[in-house]
Amino acid sequence: MKMSAGAKFALGALMIVGSVGYLMASGIKQTGQYFLTPGELSRKIADDPSFYNTGMKVGAHVVRGTVSRDVASQTLRFQISDGTANYPVVFHGLPPDTFNDSVEVVVEGRLKSDGVIYATNVLAKCGSRYEAVPKA
Amino acid sequence: MTILGTLALWVAFLLAIFGAVVGFLGGWKDRADLKRSARNAVFAMFGAMATAVFALEWALFHHDFNVEYVAAYTSRNLPIFYTWSALYAGQKGSLLFWATVLSLFGSLAQLLTAPRHRVYLPYVTGVVSTVAAFFILVMLAAANPFDRLAYTPLDGGGLNPQLQNPGMVFHPPMLYLGYISMTIPFAFAIAALLSRRLDSDWLVAIRKWTLVSWLFLSIGLVLGMWWAYVELGWGGYWAWDPVENAALLPWLTMTAFLHSVMIQEKRGMLKKWNLALVIGSWLLSIMGTFITRSGVISSVHSFTQSSVGYYFLVFLVGAAIASFTLYARRLPLLEAESRLESMVSREATFLFNNLLFVGIAFSVLWGTLFPILSEAVEGTKVTVGPPFFNQVNIPLGLGLLALTGIGPLIAWRRASLPNLRRQFAVPVTAGVFAMLLLLVIGMRDLSPMLTVGIGSFVVATVIQEFVRGTRARHRQYGEATALALARLVARNRRRYGGYVVHAGIVVLFIAFAGMAFKTETEATLRPGESATVKSPYGWTYTFTHLGISQYDQLNRQVTAATIEIRRNGKRVGLLTTEKRQHVDGLGRPTFQPSTAVGIRSDPLEDLYVVLGGVVNGTEQAVLRFTINPLVWWVWYGGMIVVLGGLIVMWPGGTPAVKRTQAGYAVRLVAEK
Repeated sequence: MKMSAGAKFALGALMIVGSVGYLMASGIKQTGQYFLTPGELSRKIADDPSFYNTGMKVGAHVVRGTVSRDVASQTLRFQISDGTANYPVVFHGLPPDTFNDSVEVVVEGRLKSDGVIYATNVLAKCGSRYEAVPKA
Repeated sequence: MTILGTLALWVAFLLAIFGAVVGFLGGWKDRADLKRSARNAVFAMFGAMATAVFALEWALFHHDFNVEYVAAYTSRNLPIFYTWSALYAGQKGSLLFWATVLSLFGSLAQLLTAPRHRVYLPYVTGVVSTVAAFFILVMLAAANPFDRLAYTPLDGGGLNPQLQNPGMVFHPPMLYLGYISMTIPFAFAIAALLSRRLDSDWLVAIRKWTLVSWLFLSIGLVLGMWWAYVELGWGGYWAWDPVENAALLPWLTMTAFLHSVMIQEKRGMLKKWNLALVIGSWLLSIMGTFITRSGVISSVHSFTQSSVGYYFLVFLVGAAIASFTLYARRLPLLEAESRLESMVSREATFLFNNLLFVGIAFSVLWGTLFPILSEAVEGTKVTVGPPFFNQVNIPLGLGLLALTGIGPLIAWRRASLPNLRRQFAVPVTAGVFAMLLLLVIGMRDLSPMLTVGIGSFVVATVIQEFVRGTRARHRQYGEATALALARLVARNRRRYGGYVVHAGIVVLFIAFAGMAFKTETEATLRPGESATVKSPYGWTYTFTHLGISQYDQLNRQVTAATIEIRRNGKRVGLLTTEKRQHVDGLGRPTFQPSTAVGIRSDPLEDLYVVLGGVVNGTEQAVLRFTINPLVWWVWYGGMIVVLGGLIVMWPGGTPAVKRTQAGYAVRLVAEK
């Protein structure tokens, strides 16, 4: 049986649409991370202890006065809070320029069973006094 | 001057409303007097907006810190270059800039539209005026750049140091110009729908405009990458941040349109698809503005949340409903004039190219909105980051790159086997050869290898096209090679300019692939100490920290580390990287410290050194050394793309395609 060009094209199109869909679904499954507030994190951990040591992101503000930097070993320790729960964070590396003890941060990392979030990445949002970078 | 500014905004607002009403009415009733009034209203609106811009610049240059915007974004010690660009540093000023440029483009559309396309103009005026009215309304209601403070500060807050970079002076306006000029093709699309003149003529009217906005978006994207690379100091140029994605999305759909429009011109197919792409691209550009303004998606770049975002949301939803309702009602007028004849035809490859472009755009949109979507569906936010975008888009991008080479080689309608053999022999050999070469020198990573292989194939197709075209002219007209090449390009600007763009895209892809081999090392060094980093090419770099110097410069205090670089023991140069603390007029610190990256760039690799900080009071420095292969090519690839775009756009040359004739030929064949 000979297929018409239209049918062949539809088949090709279906393959493209299918692979886009597949790549997206598997991408989300493999790389998706929960984005939680400290309050949500503490509830999640209480419900499901296996969530310890799972990669995730936490958005919160830095608790004022808790930032300690050890420049020589490039270690940064601080606490984050959303008003309902607090977590200590440890991060090795260079924090962004905008990081200080009065910013909103997004911490990417894992909560270990000692109750500390070991961050692999810290992103800081600019303070509210100035609008941040318009475009990037 | 703020009174003048606010007054000008009000005048412009009333003119926009008037232009919208009179424009639509004039088109609908076909009344010459109304059409003329609408046209004049657009010119007058541009005059009013230019006055408002003048008023804001006046306030900026005169340091009128009683004006909130001036106080928020400038200071007395800000270099004059950045005082000027503070016009679009903040939200309110950007809105002003938007509306002004829109009214300028609206006026240019009146002046530059060819006489035979003037029938669309009243509706175009109506659409442009409506969009402008919205922007001015947002300013007047929620974000007036001329708002005054209750007191007058002695000095302003100054401009965020990260914006004090030459890239930031040119990058936002380029991106805005791209976004804004997209309104003109959109307006023509709506005009074509309203006037029911849906033959291919309206496409000819917008061809240049779509190229203009595509070109500005491309320049804006490359400049944005450059700015992020040299200023932000994280070691890369693209992070798949929502704000970046928002700019990429309309670029993707516009690029798809620039290809599929050729099918409509040649074969009268894809009319519905093309209209949807034009409308969709414009909606995406508005959505981009909404995402960046509203803070609904957490982004490092996001603005403080403000009510402005919700104006945009309402406008976006309203515009989407209005445009697609109109579109749906006109669907019966958009039937294709011919059908796909073969899978092995240029049409088919263009269709696949379009599907891939839209597929990529969809995945980027989906990934960007995923936190909102997952929260709505499951109650918890799930985010996806660069790994998701890379995982999805590397295969799709490679498929697209392959089509870049395949498309131009395949004949329209139906390609024959000998034709395919003649066209593909050399390029395929080149691609396979390049991959074998990489295997021999020890490369084992699949996607960079495929990128180089497919890239070589595409470049070979481009060279083959140029060589064949030049030879043909040489034989036919006896022209010398150089003259034949120049005339070949000059007489077929669209085709050969397009090939140049393709070559630039290959360069970009290969440069992107280079980032797979990025290496990063952090070290805390005392003066005299060194760090050793192995480069992906096998060289050993030794970075020696020579010492810290501190000095004042312009509006900042600089702490600079000087690094000596040795490659395999041989000295290749010095690099400095700075930590800058910006200060106000009284020498007090403002903003957080910012970083000036030390970059040593050559075609093979970039050495990228960031000073993280200095251990209290000593000269011990925390440094990050990054080696980024092939970054140099991102900027030059971007330039090639822009050059190709300019060749395509250059006025004159390409005669308008005679669609009727093409359609006639097609029908003859179909009847056999």
